[in-house]
Amino acid sequence: MKIGVPKEIFEGENRVAMTPDSAKLLQKLGYDCIIETKAGLAAGFSDALYKEAGVEIAKTAASLWKEADIIAKVRQPNDTELKRLNKDKTLISFFNPGGNEAGMEKAKASGANVIAMEMVPRISRAQKMDALSSMANIAGYRAVIEAGNNFGRFFTGQVTAAGKVPPAKVLVVGAGVAGLAAIGTSASLGAITYAFDVRPEVAEQVESMGAEFVYLDFEEEQQDGAAAGGYASVSSPEFREAQLAKFRELAPEVDIVITTALIPNREAPKLWLEDMIKAMKPGSVIVDLAAEKGGNAEGTVMDEKIVTDNGVTIVGYTDFPSRMASQASSLYSNNIRHMMSDLTPEKDGQVNHDMEDDVIRGATVTFEGEITFPPPPPKVQAIAAKPKEVVPELTLEEKKALEAAEFKQQTKNQVTLLAVGAALLLGVGLVAPASFMQHFIVFVLAVFVGFQVIWGVAHSLHTPLMAVTNAISSIIILGALMQIGTSSAIVVILAALSVFMAGINIFGGFLVTRRMLAMFQKS
Amino acid sequence: MEFGFTTAAYVVAAVLFILSLGGLSGQESAKRAVWYGIVGMGLAVFATLIGPGAGFWWLSIILIAIGGVIGTVVAQRVQMTEMPQLVAAMHSLVGLAAVFVGFNAHFELVNVLGMDEAAKKALEGFGALIAKKDVVEQNILRVELFLGVFIGAVTFTGSVIAYGKLAGKVTSAAEKLPGGHALNASAAIISLVCLIWYFNSGGILPLIIMTLAAFFIGYHLIMGIGGADMPVVVSMLNSYSGWAAAAIGFSLGNDLLIVVGALVGSSGAILSYIMCKAMNRSFISVILGGFGGTAGPQMEVEGEQIAIDAEGVAAALEDADSVIIIPGYGMAVAQAQNAVSDLVRKLKIAGKEVRFAIHPVAGRLPGHMNVLLAEAKVPYDIVMEMDEINDDFPSTDVAIVIGSNDIVNPAAQEDPNSPIAGMPVLECWKAKQVFVSKRGQGTGYSGIENPLFYKENTRMFYGDARDSLDKLLGLID
Repeated sequence: MKIGVPKEIFEGENRVAMTPDSAKLLQKLGYDCIIETKAGLAAGFSDALYKEAGVEIAKTAASLWKEADIIAKVRQPNDTELKRLNKDKTLISFFNPGGNEAGMEKAKASGANVIAMEMVPRISRAQKMDALSSMANIAGYRAVIEAGNNFGRFFTGQVTAAGKVPPAKVLVVGAGVAGLAAIGTSASLGAITYAFDVRPEVAEQVESMGAEFVYLDFEEEQQDGAAAGGYASVSSPEFREAQLAKFRELAPEVDIVITTALIPNREAPKLWLEDMIKAMKPGSVIVDLAAEKGGNAEGTVMDEKIVTDNGVTIVGYTDFPSRMASQASSLYSNNIRHMMSDLTPEKDGQVNHDMEDDVIRGATVTFEGEITFPPPPPKVQAIAAKPKEVVPELTLEEKKALEAAEFKQQTKNQVTLLAVGAALLLGVGLVAPASFMQHFIVFVLAVFVGFQVIWGVAHSLHTPLMAVTNAISSIIILGALMQIGTSSAIVVILAALSVFMAGINIFGGFLVTRRMLAMFQKS
Repeated sequence: MEFGFTTAAYVVAAVLFILSLGGLSGQESAKRAVWYGIVGMGLAVFATLIGPGAGFWWLSIILIAIGGVIGTVVAQRVQMTEMPQLVAAMHSLVGLAAVFVGFNAHFELVNVLGMDEAAKKALEGFGALIAKKDVVEQNILRVELFLGVFIGAVTFTGSVIAYGKLAGKVTSAAEKLPGGHALNASAAIISLVCLIWYFNSGGILPLIIMTLAAFFIGYHLIMGIGGADMPVVVSMLNSYSGWAAAAIGFSLGNDLLIVVGALVGSSGAILSYIMCKAMNRSFISVILGGFGGTAGPQMEVEGEQIAIDAEGVAAALEDADSVIIIPGYGMAVAQAQNAVSDLVRKLKIAGKEVRFAIHPVAGRLPGHMNVLLAEAKVPYDIVMEMDEINDDFPSTDVAIVIGSNDIVNPAAQEDPNSPIAGMPVLECWKAKQVFVSKRGQGTGYSGIENPLFYKENTRMFYGDARDSLDKLLGLID
């Protein structure tokens, strides 16, 4: 079968759904690849590069749609494109099925199978084809770069000969994929980074990226965000108030605000209000990644950059991934490629559209002339929402008491052992003659020395330890050597045999130990 | 030569032996320490040869030389994967030697007791030592040599069976004769009766009967223990061979034998303890064979095992920054350690962090995996113990399990009804992705279902470990 990628029609869209690299991998799956001429140009991939990767070049969009059995693209298809579908074709693309009834109807009428990339369920197996995440990652990174572009100062603090430069303070609202990417980028540029999210369980992730999590003084139990498939959901008015109060407190301090708060299928919540923008220092920057859904900041204008009266820049671009078209294309084309490899389990270049598979079923919006959206909930829970077991912090007194009790117990055990041992020893001493006791002292001391010494042996050297103890346990040869000199024939024979066997053991044991130890080498 | 010189030599030898064991605390000091052991042994043998009581010294030297040649050849030829067998075989020799020396002590005792005063005076060496003993001491001597022979005999047959199991010459499954532990118990009772009999009569018959009973105990006890418990068995036999030497040392009145026997005995005991702890089982339950009782039905395992081919593993490794490899007995069986080492080298050249995680009971001998990896020239500073590395799995991209099963079984932590509940395991499932190289779908030796294989982030890489790795090597550059 043939996979075709048309040039994106959408104004200003620079991405492309197939790169020369992904084309090579798709060919390994058994597919032929075809691409519309100049489709990858804006992302930095010339037709020549595609040709080199074995991709056929189609002169026009019409001929590409005709030839390809599977069409992969980035943006939601427009009417012209939908008209080109028929029942033998599969379309893989962003589709916005929730807000694109008309498009779905048309796709259904055409009989084509449509896979919407934004519908890939959020389970760990499907992460590799989660295009929303890979695009959000880019958006988060680019948001920081864009902010830096409009911000007149360093991110990192410096002490230079000409004076001290304070570090920038960055607040990231919403710690989803984009938020985390923004946090990581900002922290690695050296800014003091704060992050907020309505889901307190992400605090750990935030902190692992190098930011400080902003906690609210809020009593009400915060709901588990994971219950909604890993996305945030609408919060209560009281919670919102507490949140806004916190932001108000932070507004005069922070230099850069990056808002990424989105709730699925809703307008973006307004979190950065007029008065907060007023409270910010002139020259501060707000990057609103939710601009497409109305924006988190009041005053955000979609697709534009504005400067407020008090000198705060608000960036409302919605095309961050497209602004990094090369990176975005390579990630998106990888997502597509992974989707294809799940669709082709046999690697024979034939699509096996398995509607039993959670991931494929979830992403499919029309199948064989039927609308299959919304999908049933996946069989596997989105994210294992395991309630964390909270180990109550012990107070200092409790800890001390615990330690004291442990110490007591240890002392008790040791004393009991010693007492029993001593009693046994004394009992033996009562009956045994002195000559025996002399040897016995040696024995007990040797056991003690042995225990002390052996605990120090490295675990990795246990095999050499066994070989060497083997060799030295052949010390039994001494007994045989002492006996071999008698007159009794049978004693001589048995002793000779023992000497012989112990001889094997001594040489074998030591040599094999040496051989093993010589093998242990440092890197 | 004077008796004092021999004793002095023994003191020096004992110190050298202690140093040689203590030196095993680190890889570099160990290389020096083994020489201490060799010098100590040479000194002890030399001092005994020129000391009182030793005769036929030319015969002794010839025998040691012949034995030495055999030992040298074996030590040079043995494959590192065969180390467990070799160690077991060497234990059996020590055990048999202890039996012989014990019997000799008995013959000497009978011999000396039959002499008149004049003949006794003329004796020297061991005979003289016996001649000086009073009745109580003679009785103690009997108990000592009886114990020495008993432990030696158990060690001998036990080690022979352990050798057979490890070398694959005897079935490695746990097998018991009908009657089970009752047979062992009755053999032990017979031995006890013989002890009393021997103590009173001093005849050779009870000694022989006891030896046969002890042979049986050694055989039957080890037959009843399964393959994966072998680390405990081998270290236990190691311990026994030490105690046997110590008991013989008592009967011969030789302090060096006692010291060395005690050192070896405690060393083996500690190793057994460490192994048991790593399996969360009591020593008794391992020795008596079989797992402890379960408290209820085991958890159902949900999901399916998803297979992956070499290309998939190679792609994942290419993307990974950190890799942890968990080898097990399966790696030794497939002789895959060199392929593993090559893989590590390639991955390291590609700038990835590669480490090994070794469970204390991985393999059939304590420290078995370390030796195999060392042989394949894996540097020892990337080979980590369980406690050193278990916390690092969550930040690891790929964990590769090669031929291990129970030591990576999450049921030990998640399922309180599992037979291995509570056993410390390597938490490889916390890594972002886990590949399991395994022959087929079956359960491991213990027959316990492993939920790891069904986890979301686990992929099964079926096939012989060595073939699989060779295939993988070709795909990574």
